[in-house]
Amino acid sequence: MELSGAEIVVRCLQEEGVEYVFGYPGGAVLEIYDAIFKQDAFKHVLVRHEQAAVHAADAYSRSSNKVGVALVTSGPGATNAITGIATAYMDSIPLIVISGQVPTPAIGLDAFQEVDMVGCTRPCVKHNILVKDINDLAAAIKKAFYIATTGRPGPVVIDIPKDVTLKKAEFNYPTSVTMRSYTPITKGHPGQIKKAVNLLLDAKRPLVYIGGGAVLSNASTQVTELVRALGLPCTNTLMGLGAYPGSDRQNLGMLGMHGNYEANLAMQYCDVLIAIGARFDDRVVSVPSHFLSSPKKIIHIDIDPSSIAKRVKVDIPIVGNVRDVLDEMLNLLKQTTERPDPKALDAWWQQINEWRAPNSLFFQNSDEVIKPQFVVQTLYELTGGNAIITSDVGQHQMWAAQYYKFDRPRQWINSGGLGTMGVGLPYAMGAKLANPDADVCCITGEASIQMNIQELSTAKQYHTPVKIISLNNRYLGMVRQWQEFFYGNRYSESYMDALPDFVKLAEAYGHVGMRIEKPADVEGALREALAMKDRLVFMDFLTDQTENVFPMVQNGKGLNQMDLPPHMRNLQQVAATKERDYGNLS
Amino acid sequence: MRHILSILIENEAGALSRVAGLFSARAYNIESLSVAPTEDPTLSRMTIVTTGSDDVIEQITKQLNKLIEVVKVIDLNESDHIERELMLIKVRATGKDREEMKRMADIFRGRIIDVTEKTYTIELTGTGDKLNAFIEALDRTVILETVRTGASGIGRGERILKI
Repeated sequence: MELSGAEIVVRCLQEEGVEYVFGYPGGAVLEIYDAIFKQDAFKHVLVRHEQAAVHAADAYSRSSNKVGVALVTSGPGATNAITGIATAYMDSIPLIVISGQVPTPAIGLDAFQEVDMVGCTRPCVKHNILVKDINDLAAAIKKAFYIATTGRPGPVVIDIPKDVTLKKAEFNYPTSVTMRSYTPITKGHPGQIKKAVNLLLDAKRPLVYIGGGAVLSNASTQVTELVRALGLPCTNTLMGLGAYPGSDRQNLGMLGMHGNYEANLAMQYCDVLIAIGARFDDRVVSVPSHFLSSPKKIIHIDIDPSSIAKRVKVDIPIVGNVRDVLDEMLNLLKQTTERPDPKALDAWWQQINEWRAPNSLFFQNSDEVIKPQFVVQTLYELTGGNAIITSDVGQHQMWAAQYYKFDRPRQWINSGGLGTMGVGLPYAMGAKLANPDADVCCITGEASIQMNIQELSTAKQYHTPVKIISLNNRYLGMVRQWQEFFYGNRYSESYMDALPDFVKLAEAYGHVGMRIEKPADVEGALREALAMKDRLVFMDFLTDQTENVFPMVQNGKGLNQMDLPPHMRNLQQVAATKERDYGNLS
Repeated sequence: MRHILSILIENEAGALSRVAGLFSARAYNIESLSVAPTEDPTLSRMTIVTTGSDDVIEQITKQLNKLIEVVKVIDLNESDHIERELMLIKVRATGKDREEMKRMADIFRGRIIDVTEKTYTIELTGTGDKLNAFIEALDRTVILETVRTGASGIGRGERILKI
């Protein structure tokens, strides 16, 4: 049967089992919107800004392990989507973005609402396609889904000219895709895997370093099994939160720029490091030469060969899907009774526990002013650690990562790679639609939330009763922190003057607003908000304006050179002494 | 160090700009680039001359391989290879210079492919060094115009790049 291009698009999405499409109509995609109107296999969510459509689709994917789909019109609709696309690209999220394009005869003539979408998005997509021929449309969409979800996942943009949506063609959805130029590797090299296992068994100070790849490849069970079978300490990146239970003793917590004292020192002084779906990002190892100054052997498992040896040389590279590779490693471990030297491991754990003892996440709570950490900690307790947490970008993001212990993967949704302010609310909507029964909380700041605050309207229309926890310190908090550390307290443009009344604002959009000013009211307010299961509640917590995120590794410094919280400042010397000790050991 | 990368890539619109975009986005250097379809019209072959440390070249190769349309990448520097550039050079050729120019072209195994009363156009192939040497050997004032392709390269002997 012959279908129009628009009908083909809709049929393809149905074939892929798409549940939600997030988008915004416009001239170039009106045919597609008309075809959407005539079907009810999937639902369309009308956002208030295209950026939010992509973020919501992205969070839908992150929280559910399905593909997110966004639909935008040509020109400004398409360019508005780019921040969302770049965000998903940096965090390797499988996403399909369909953009309308001006009719093929008008392409290149600077037509009304024309932009070269393929050109604009080239640096921030896994792949993109301009479909100029209706006969290629179905195959292009099939290919896009295949590319987005296989290998290292990522966003794929399909740009469809308006006349292609009007023309008719026979609809044949391909059942499979073969591409000679794209054959992602999944299985790791058996010889390398064997070497890696042997190296781990010989380790005296081993450490498992877990990244977002462990979440994306659903390798949480395997990671947990490996860590427990060998009794290893592990640490995770911001993107790896939840891949191994955050509340477990063997987990040293997050590492890196705002990592825990024990996690950062373990990373610095381990002798064998196994990196699982983690890429030695600059926020994690700061400067590679510092990181490598304490000699260590490195095993690196990653599906993307270009992530291996990009910043840090590794001894055993293993290209493959994290889950498949770990399955192989666990198989090998089952065949041997050999285990790491218990004495050495015991000494290593003693060392780690010594580093852990002062609790680098301790904060001095107050009766006078609300401490942001206290809000997150209370939220963690009240939700039993079960909520899906989305965050925006800034100090509140780091406090959310530090004080909410994630025991499950896909429970923590945030922009780790691009660091996009404004993701929090659209993320929360996408996550809530994918997980209607879960408590979804957006931890944000008064600056971040204003970057996509119009989505309060979308949340009303589609009834996504999420809880917005705004840690309002009347500053661009992280900017202020850096200005304090590096710019002599010159708070250039970091002060948020003329803030709106967020309570009234929430009410204006039809939601519940709360302002919380006293520490004594924090728990009650959170309790009350969480109990309002079917209402979106905007909680405006007026928090301590001076609070900073600790520990902190300044740019250019080593992981063992953290700025520590006030109660640990006398420990700076200890770290330096340890370095000398380990220098002799190796 | 100078490297010469050979790439087999799907012969599709936009494929070249992906490669060029990759180099500019990651601040890699392209010294020269030449591309044309192969005996299989669905495939193009690209030769890129670039410079960088071994680490940089490794990253470039890996990043190129990540592009969906790229079928294969090899670094010709890893073994013996042949490379050629083509130069067309238009020179002033009058009076006694005319004979001299003909001799020079012969010495460099160039061919005169266009003749007017006052000019010769010479076709010359070889490595970039050879073409530079020819330019050096001429009196600058006789050169009217030069046009050069990027290098094309191929492995010596049995070594082939094919899918």
